[in-house]
Amino acid sequence: MNVEAPVRVEDKLYYNRYVVDVGHPHVKIRPHTTPSPQLLALLKACPARCYELNDDGQVEITVDGCIECGTCRVIAESTGDIQWSHPRGGYGVLFKFG
Amino acid sequence: MIEERFDAIVVGAGMAGNAAALTMAKHGMKVLQLERGEYPGSKNVQGAILYADMMEKLVPEFREEAPLERHLIEQRFWMMDDRSHVGMHFRSEDFNEERPNRYTIIRAQFDKWFSSKVREAGATVLCETTVTELVRDDRGRVIGVRTDRRDGEIHADVVVLAEGVNGLLGTRAGLRDRPAPDSVALAVKEMHFLPRETIEARFNLKGDEGVVIEAAGTISRGMTGMGFIYANKECISLGIGCLVTDFQRTGQTPYGLLDQFKRHPSVSPLIAGSEVKEYSAHLIPEGGYKSIPQLYGEGWVVVGDAAQLNNAIHREGSNLAMTSGRIAAEAISLVKARGEPMNATNLSIYKKRLDDSFVIKDLKKYKDLPPLMHTHSQNFFLTYPQLISKAMQNFVRIDGTPKAEKEKATLQSFVKARSWTGLLGDVYRFARAWR
Repeated sequence: MNVEAPVRVEDKLYYNRYVVDVGHPHVKIRPHTTPSPQLLALLKACPARCYELNDDGQVEITVDGCIECGTCRVIAESTGDIQWSHPRGGYGVLFKFG
Repeated sequence: MIEERFDAIVVGAGMAGNAAALTMAKHGMKVLQLERGEYPGSKNVQGAILYADMMEKLVPEFREEAPLERHLIEQRFWMMDDRSHVGMHFRSEDFNEERPNRYTIIRAQFDKWFSSKVREAGATVLCETTVTELVRDDRGRVIGVRTDRRDGEIHADVVVLAEGVNGLLGTRAGLRDRPAPDSVALAVKEMHFLPRETIEARFNLKGDEGVVIEAAGTISRGMTGMGFIYANKECISLGIGCLVTDFQRTGQTPYGLLDQFKRHPSVSPLIAGSEVKEYSAHLIPEGGYKSIPQLYGEGWVVVGDAAQLNNAIHREGSNLAMTSGRIAAEAISLVKARGEPMNATNLSIYKKRLDDSFVIKDLKKYKDLPPLMHTHSQNFFLTYPQLISKAMQNFVRIDGTPKAEKEKATLQSFVKARSWTGLLGDVYRFARAWR
């Protein structure tokens, strides 16, 4: 059980239906030079892997695949690292089964 | 601003919101329900098990009308290590009754139907509308909501916050705290589709009979968590969840856990050859009684997951959601019928009635279990499952070792791992938290 093939989250997200609100991301990261431990935790904890480290070592977000669970809000909103809102009405993930 | 004024605004069209809107509309109140999804259910995620008793109180004829999957005749609990599971199964023909007690459902489909009942009862349901904040008067009383629609301010005598575990309105308005990482679990789930005959053969079912499996053990890698496998008609809901604080601490990924759970030798044959059609994630309130916030105030009440109402031991989230939604709505209808204002004093009837119901009584009973499971997660989710699996293997494998020696070895393995004090302490702590 120790040998683990990498899981491709993007393949999983491909099953889902989204209406992307282009130009209006509902989650924003506070600009930073060095990421806080909370921001770094999101690289692993986000189930849609929306958070990635860029070449300069800062955490970036792409919300297109977000499944709106709120995990990042619970971890990193109180520290001011991120701002979290719901997508505008009708936008975001649309579950067929839920 | 929208000139029309409502008796009540319900934010959210999940189980709690639908129960509240339906109940108030049935009492003749003028109700507006706001939902941010494209249709009611499009943002809602659950395992999902529906408890018939509570649903019957809302829609007595739901069995004939609602999109139900399978009625449950069997419950399996699995304690897992990496290569095995020790199971406790309860299956009974008694559950093949005329009015079954529990069903599996698919939330997006079920909620759409539930919402149609809310409309039939006379409530106005407005979808694709995100409520952005509560509107308060100069004395701080909640008098309505602001939405992301143009002219989006709407007024009502009372606002029912059924905004879910991740609700923003209540926390933005300072009515309650945002959930703490140690009081919510993150669960991820996939929908695995298979022909219905295949599901029935693999799970030993006939017709619309159903089974659910709840699994714990090394699958959560020492974190506080559980896996689940629910049989629907033509698909299997399969998922796993752990406390957010544990994910944060360990750096484990939710999809990594899910993948490992799917590849477990006890699980993979059940889903072999399936087609996955959705991947979802959701937070589950796990804090129990001690994390319930203030439930009412001047012009507002909070219900369901937003109020952290979930019995994590019996997996009753939506059940508590619809019950709290109904009880809040009955309290509001009573205040309305008396012609009294929707202030905190009058709305406190909601909390009083909820305290007297099974909702709070059950949460009180288990109030010490969540903290126990969280602080001893290594023992309960890693050490014991491994020890018990080894003990079982030792018991069933026949290899010429005298039985007395086998039993001694098993006992020694427990004492070595946990010590006598540890073992007795665990039994004592668990029994105390359970009673």
